[in-house]
Amino acid sequence: MENTYSLKSAHNKTAFAEGLKDGVPIALAYLAVSFSLGIAAKNVGFTPWQGFVVSTLCAASAGEYIGFTMVAAGATLMETAIATLITNARYMLMSCAMSQRTDPKMPFFHRILVGQYITDELFGIAIARKGTLNPFYSYGAIAIAVPAWSIGTALGVVAGNIMPLSLASAFSVALYGMFIAIIIAPARKDKVVALVVVASFVLSSVGAYLPLFAEIADGTKTMVVTVVVAAVAAVLFPHEDEQEAE
Amino acid sequence: MMKPGIYAYILTMFVVSFAVRVLPLTLIKKPITNKFIKSFLYYVPYATLAAMTFPTILYATQSPISGAAALIVGLATAWFGFDLFKVAVSCCGVVLLVEMFIR
Repeated sequence: MENTYSLKSAHNKTAFAEGLKDGVPIALAYLAVSFSLGIAAKNVGFTPWQGFVVSTLCAASAGEYIGFTMVAAGATLMETAIATLITNARYMLMSCAMSQRTDPKMPFFHRILVGQYITDELFGIAIARKGTLNPFYSYGAIAIAVPAWSIGTALGVVAGNIMPLSLASAFSVALYGMFIAIIIAPARKDKVVALVVVASFVLSSVGAYLPLFAEIADGTKTMVVTVVVAAVAAVLFPHEDEQEAE
Repeated sequence: MMKPGIYAYILTMFVVSFAVRVLPLTLIKKPITNKFIKSFLYYVPYATLAAMTFPTILYATQSPISGAAALIVGLATAWFGFDLFKVAVSCCGVVLLVEMFIR
């Protein structure tokens, strides 16, 4: 089918509606998880508005969280930039993957808009569709999922101030629950991923409990563990690209 | 030295997140072939998320016991194939439950 990039085309309207529909479950999950992220933001001194802004601009769970730990530690902006870079490095991989499925004629600003809102889930549903990427499908999903993420964060900051301690305590693990869900599903299928997860658990515990490393900020420790474990795994177990094999 | 303000942090995080996501999609026209870079990028998310979760989750709640319970329930529900939302909700639920009894 000839790709046009006008919202007036019926084809693109359908794609937008499909994206909107597929974005609903993602938006619900985002609302819960960003709420938990908002509590973390509140703990490092963010206002609800700042929570809304940071989530709208960055749209990343781990990436924002690591930023908050840098704020808490009073890290320099350079340290914050490096930590954000490492934590969000996976989006670079996803962006590369999407570049391979993009119509060469797709206008530049569509690439920027779709790219800005690459998240694990939005990437997942976009890449799961057949053929070249339709930016309007992504816009549909973004239109519902990103506001949910931003509003959830702001609500988390507000609620973190007024919520009973027991509820705040319970919600604060939603974020970790999401991280666990993201890493465990592939770890079941790929032994090397399981090994990477275990090695990171162990190394980050060493970093947390050995007095030698007590002075290093949490975000920096995470970064070091990530680079060491991923690099060693990449050397020992080069990953075969499944998409090419299919 | 003065500590940067919150908006300076937000701007820094935005610029880096934006560049990481948008540059490959706008610049790359050819497939990446370097095996090490491909493998490294593939393993990065798992290493990061694992390192961020443990042992931090133990100290995210009011007691390490409820944190540990959340970790175990999260690992179990994820292992048995529950989706992201259900895993997250299960973790919250078990914390609420455990903290009702230990205080």
